[in-house]
Amino acid sequence: MNKLLVSPSPHFFTKTDTSAIMFDVILALFPALIAGIVFFGPRALIVTLVCVVSCVAFEWLVRKIMKRSNTIGDYSAVVTGVLLAFNLPPAIPIWMAVLGSFFAIVIVKQLFGGIGQNFANPAITARIILLASFGTQMTTWSKPFGYQGGVDAVASATPLADLYWANPWDLFIGNVSGCIGEVSALALLLGGIYLSFRKVINPLVPLTFIGTVFVFTWVLGENPVNHILAGGLMLGAIFMATDYATTPPVLGGKLIFALGCGIITTLIRVFGNYPEGVSFAILLMNLLTPLIDRIPMVNPIGKRKKGGAA
Amino acid sequence: MNYFRTFTKGLIKENPVLVMLLGTCPTLAVTTLAMNGLGMGAATTFVLVCSNVVISLLKNFIPKQVRLPSFIVIIAGFVTFVSFMLRSNFPELYEALGVFLSLITVNCIILGRAEMFASKNNVRASFLDGLGMGLGFTLALILIGAIREVLGSGTFFGLSIGDWFQPIGFFSSPAGGFFVFGCVIALVNVLSNYKMSSKKIGCASCPNASACGQAEKGEIAE
Repeated sequence: MNKLLVSPSPHFFTKTDTSAIMFDVILALFPALIAGIVFFGPRALIVTLVCVVSCVAFEWLVRKIMKRSNTIGDYSAVVTGVLLAFNLPPAIPIWMAVLGSFFAIVIVKQLFGGIGQNFANPAITARIILLASFGTQMTTWSKPFGYQGGVDAVASATPLADLYWANPWDLFIGNVSGCIGEVSALALLLGGIYLSFRKVINPLVPLTFIGTVFVFTWVLGENPVNHILAGGLMLGAIFMATDYATTPPVLGGKLIFALGCGIITTLIRVFGNYPEGVSFAILLMNLLTPLIDRIPMVNPIGKRKKGGAA
Repeated sequence: MNYFRTFTKGLIKENPVLVMLLGTCPTLAVTTLAMNGLGMGAATTFVLVCSNVVISLLKNFIPKQVRLPSFIVIIAGFVTFVSFMLRSNFPELYEALGVFLSLITVNCIILGRAEMFASKNNVRASFLDGLGMGLGFTLALILIGAIREVLGSGTFFGLSIGDWFQPIGFFSSPAGGFFVFGCVIALVNVLSNYKMSSKKIGCASCPNASACGQAEKGEIAE
């Protein structure tokens, strides 16, 4: 007769856990990976695999050394590896990709306590460290389909350098030079729609980010359509500005975050020394997230309004 | 007073940069090269030893109300001397250290030792204290400078470590300076067996506790 169990809440659990969410993100990243392989050849796949394998290996190793529980089963290191590879040019030396994985996993993620504890996006931060360290290799872009003619790494400008006259259709499909995962807006949008449909991300966040860039580049007399299709904007807005650990948890905060990202991206692109500003914008807003969190945006249940009953 | 302890405490246990976190500005600014670290450390050590000795000699003549301006005048005198010396004998180092050479005047380490040690102790102890603290500062700067130079420029004291090494520019940047600084502090904490126990957080754990005297009174919260 001891069937009546007394236990503290919660009594119901959703089946969604970290690994399920991460699995969805990996699925959503696949179209962009395929686009990268189509445009930049097997080299793109090799770089991505190296990043994934080294991220998982570093995660396993550092958790082992710090005598903490093993967390490679939640696939978060896989996502970090794919996102890092997507932010690298296809012709990057392999050891630099491994070094980037080291920074992303060991320094940015695990030293601050592992998944959910890191204050900055690991892939973004690793990309910025590599960009600050190896300016030449990080900006040597391969021409799309260059691998078929036997010419592998040709230094050519990204569309961002001469954005006004770029062909928007090429930018949308991804037939341009750039980082592995950022070239095809179409493939990234497919992933974003899948994630919104699965309710992994809130579509308002990438829409606010991209919309802010559109409006501000338009106001500043740039070509707004090309600005939102080129560079890492789609990748950053869909997959990195929606990261759970490093962005505000409530919708109002998320929108402030996305708005700030859009403004900083536009300012760096139009007035800054670097042609691309998405990664810097996201990192800066990551750092502001604790401050955004302090803005009260959710009314506690039962809170009385000023001067009246609740 | 144990003179040997007075000298050695500045090296690791009460290292001004790595444990007391004083003089952070020059530490981060000049340590892109190990040679700059050595030069900055030597100049600061000289000023620190001289000012400690002079202030210890004059401690009974300086009125308490104007002691800080008096200390600064003494320190600034020695800084001027060092900066002329470097300018005439090591012009390259003088250029590399730039404004941070003059800023030794307001380096917290020097004023801190004057206020907390030299103005309360005899000349011999003050000399050893200044020497130990200065050496601790110099060693920390050389260590941070060497790490940043090897990783960021691929050289060690100006000598190339080989073409096979691709310098990682991040370590030459200010962000890399903060990063290496943090790593070295962590290393020193491990070496000095520092443990984050509840007992050690609070006034009693402060390296300056003996000089400050507040911890014994028990007025500051644990």
